Amino acid sequence: MGKIWRISGPVIIAEDMRGSQVYEVVEIGEERLNGEIIGLEQDKAVIQVYEDTVGLTVGEKVIGTGEILMAELGPGLVGNIYDGVQRSLVTMKDEVGDFLHRGVRTYALDREKKWRFIPVVKAGAKVEGGDIIGTVQETGLIEHRIMVPPGMSGVIDSIEEGDYTVEETVAMLGSNGKTIPLALMQRWPARKPRPYRRRFDPVDLLVTGTRIIDYLFPLALGGKAAIPGGFGTGKTVNLQQMARWSQTQLNIYVGCGERGNEMADVLHSFKELKDPGSGRYLQEKEIFIANTSNMPVVAREISIFIGITMAEYYRDMGYDILLVADSTSRWAEAMREIGARLEETPGEEGFPTYLGSRLSAFYERSGKVECLGSPDRVGSATVIGAVSPPGADFSEPVTQNTLRIVDALYSLDVALANRRHFPTINWLQSYSQYADSVDTWWEKVSPDYTEVRNQALITLQKEAELEEIVRLVGPEALPENDKLLLLIARMIREDFLMQSAYHPVDTYSDPKRSHLMLSTIIKFNDFARGLAETGMMVSEISASRIKQRISRMKDVPNDEIDQYIDSIRQDMAGGAVSLEEGGV
Amino acid sequence: MDSMQLFTRQTKAISTARRSLLIIESIPGIQFSEIVDVELGTGEVRSGQVIEVGKGTTVVQVFGGVSEVDLLNSKVRYKGETLKLPVSPDILGRIFDGSGKPIDGGPPIISQKYQDINGVPANPASRMPPAEFIETGISAIDGLNVLVRGQKLPIFSGSGLPHNKIAAQIIRQASLKGKSDDFAIVFGAIGVSYDDAAYFISNLEETGALSRAVGFINTASSPVIERLSTPRLALTAAEYLAWEMDMHVLVILTDITNYADALRELAAMRGEIPSRRGYPGYMYTDLASLYERAGRISGREGSVTILPILTMPDDDITHPIPDLTGYITEGQIVLSRPLDRKRIYPPIDVFLSLSRMMKEGIGEGKTREDHNNVFMQSYAMYAEGNYLREITTVIGSEALTERDKVYLEAADRFEREFIAQDENSRRTVEETLGVAWDIFSMLPEEDLKLINEKYIKNYLPEPSENE
Repeated sequence: MGKIWRISGPVIIAEDMRGSQVYEVVEIGEERLNGEIIGLEQDKAVIQVYEDTVGLTVGEKVIGTGEILMAELGPGLVGNIYDGVQRSLVTMKDEVGDFLHRGVRTYALDREKKWRFIPVVKAGAKVEGGDIIGTVQETGLIEHRIMVPPGMSGVIDSIEEGDYTVEETVAMLGSNGKTIPLALMQRWPARKPRPYRRRFDPVDLLVTGTRIIDYLFPLALGGKAAIPGGFGTGKTVNLQQMARWSQTQLNIYVGCGERGNEMADVLHSFKELKDPGSGRYLQEKEIFIANTSNMPVVAREISIFIGITMAEYYRDMGYDILLVADSTSRWAEAMREIGARLEETPGEEGFPTYLGSRLSAFYERSGKVECLGSPDRVGSATVIGAVSPPGADFSEPVTQNTLRIVDALYSLDVALANRRHFPTINWLQSYSQYADSVDTWWEKVSPDYTEVRNQALITLQKEAELEEIVRLVGPEALPENDKLLLLIARMIREDFLMQSAYHPVDTYSDPKRSHLMLSTIIKFNDFARGLAETGMMVSEISASRIKQRISRMKDVPNDEIDQYIDSIRQDMAGGAVSLEEGGV
Repeated sequence: MDSMQLFTRQTKAISTARRSLLIIESIPGIQFSEIVDVELGTGEVRSGQVIEVGKGTTVVQVFGGVSEVDLLNSKVRYKGETLKLPVSPDILGRIFDGSGKPIDGGPPIISQKYQDINGVPANPASRMPPAEFIETGISAIDGLNVLVRGQKLPIFSGSGLPHNKIAAQIIRQASLKGKSDDFAIVFGAIGVSYDDAAYFISNLEETGALSRAVGFINTASSPVIERLSTPRLALTAAEYLAWEMDMHVLVILTDITNYADALRELAAMRGEIPSRRGYPGYMYTDLASLYERAGRISGREGSVTILPILTMPDDDITHPIPDLTGYITEGQIVLSRPLDRKRIYPPIDVFLSLSRMMKEGIGEGKTREDHNNVFMQSYAMYAEGNYLREITTVIGSEALTERDKVYLEAADRFEREFIAQDENSRRTVEETLGVAWDIFSMLPEEDLKLINEKYIKNYLPEPSENE
């Protein structure tokens, strides 16, 4: 047992700490505040404290737990809300009320609740780390697969169906003459990646339901992406949309140093919204981590690792997981603050020099993998991190270090936000390196995907070039074919890229629907070009009813969209366009 | 706390006095962050706070600086407590300084209850998403940037712009809405001029709102360190009134720029590594520890709504103070110098302003069914008019079509009739929407694409004869 020797904000130094290890969890003072050793020198330990240190005094006791920071993994995670060090905020609300007083301790997983365990192996089976030995129906949407913890192997001595708490023994494992009890819960050090058999290239589309992402800058299952954007660009709405509608089996939302009211909004909306695939409440496929900006800074740093550890754990069951982190900038700022307290030599803008390696340690835990153990299965963890660059200036260290790691960038644009073009993902600055690897996936939905996508991107690119001329001479001075290009580009922007998060139909667009919409605009381009050649003015084409019908396709319900688009296409194939009332 | 007062923990062993810091030999039992009294050789007593404590030495930051501190005769007395505010219903109608002492000539607050001015974070799982409309009577806010209970919505202003006038108008008018007995105003003046502080107080007096208000005033000439405690005292009072007295509290904090500058000044004195423009790297977290105290808690009646005011240095919205604020608050009301030059009051920049909570606060049963449609159409109309204005400066008005001219006129009317209003005019939300509909009536009806036809039928006025 050691004693406090020095206190400086969230960092304390304790003496008489010989025998401790780096990253060991300690309990500090009368209130047993949680902390983690981040450095040792002789008998002194430097400790970052996960709670407010106001009122601590020199000489108070510091007790090592002998363990490094572990995430609890087992049934009961899904639908729960955690703080940065995986204390259940739901339990804390019930036990200590509406405010987060320090020194409160709760388990991540409910110790009382019984779960129905159904074995899938029999006594006598030879098992090893990662093998699935049974299942628990965790929520209506998640079948929790109970696995032998990595690194263990042996023969199942006994296993029985029944109702168990997370700590009770469900099976006995005989291993080298010893018997090890297996429970529903296992623990894993949060900072350490969980093992897998091998990694695959990410080639399957992660359907987010956001058209500009899915179609123009697709994200692959197991990929990693960043969303940088200044304030007011709708970063959080974008991330919430992805956490809501992504067609993954489980989503993890890490709110790191962000707004409390927004977090409340997320938590409430997930109780009310339904998953488009299964029709069940989204809460049944979501884990939340809420470490808002006024909660202890140090806990921000670990919250991201707790989140990714949970993602890997469900990945290991053979599921596709999406983790969104809002915002990695607040996470980096927490590191900067600790670094400054430790009087480390700062790197750029005061951030620690290990900012880049810490960011990669997080993003690199994404991936699509063949899981350990049997039966053979493939799982993936996809990571999307928000970045909040000061002054919307992307040259700052967090954005730049992130861009070196991620393979897709969704760049949010203040100018688009001021024009109320949402989502504000800028189509000229964003990119995705997955576009080439998921095209096989897309071409199964629509063989002409690559062609349509390219045409759309080229049109948008040309529009940007023309806009400079328009600014000088006005739109009227352009030749007709350029005017037509501007019209088509505007249709792509307004009738395809713009998408309302609040419209019940538009909020989620499945890949088939997205393709129907964009390919219709591209077809309209050919159709209009034909009309222009016969001498029709672009202004007339723009006022045509067929164009108006295209601009209304966003709001057409899913069960009517095929028919709606079909009739537009038939009319275009018919060739005629009439501006008269009642014409096409 | 009382038992600690039985013995005095006092020392004269000060080894260093530099900038605003004292380095003192440690005595047992010093708490991190506790408050100390520093008694100078002259007998003058200053407050200070323990910012670092170790086995050998303790570092104390002295509020008001270390001038005249001598190492021989000065004494440091540890108080054994962190900064606390006594709270009771009697704080209503009172005015305090930035250390919580009454400055209105009234008696001190007697209370059994002392609250830590740093507050305790609300459990995110206990929070309720804000959704109740606050009618400010100002069209540009009620129509386009709706404020809701529990929101934090700053005013981004510039020096010389009428932010104080707008804040005072909001205080006057918003407090009239709803049941008057459950409404309170907490006012925190941080490093403002004496005149500015007096303006708010006389405003509260005139409207009779002073009895339901609490003021914490740190003028430009008061100690810099108290700029950090002033908003915290104000928010502690607000939380008490909201969570324990079930009141709907509107907190006005002005000027956050002075707050941030004080933060920078004190950080520099401690020799901390600066981040952008010399502000400390933890400024986001520090500002969040203020703004995040806004909110609603499920199962509790009251609410804390925060309206911080800040002046953007050089009107630069990317300056760290507005920038970090914008990342924390739920939108911003931005004032525009060009509009102010056109004598438009309130000069609210509709394009840069935003309320993230608006969607939750409007619509049928809250304001009116057509509110969202009117908002979108107004925005589109004004944007189009503004775009045409810009074009006109390049290509001249000759090239404009008739339709274009209508939009130019609509944008002008929007500024003169919708955005602009008298300092004393209090428009109901119906009146605000009515002004918008009035302007819509000059547009071709087929252009009202963003409005549901049902609403057009119900609300679009017949064009009058002379137009």
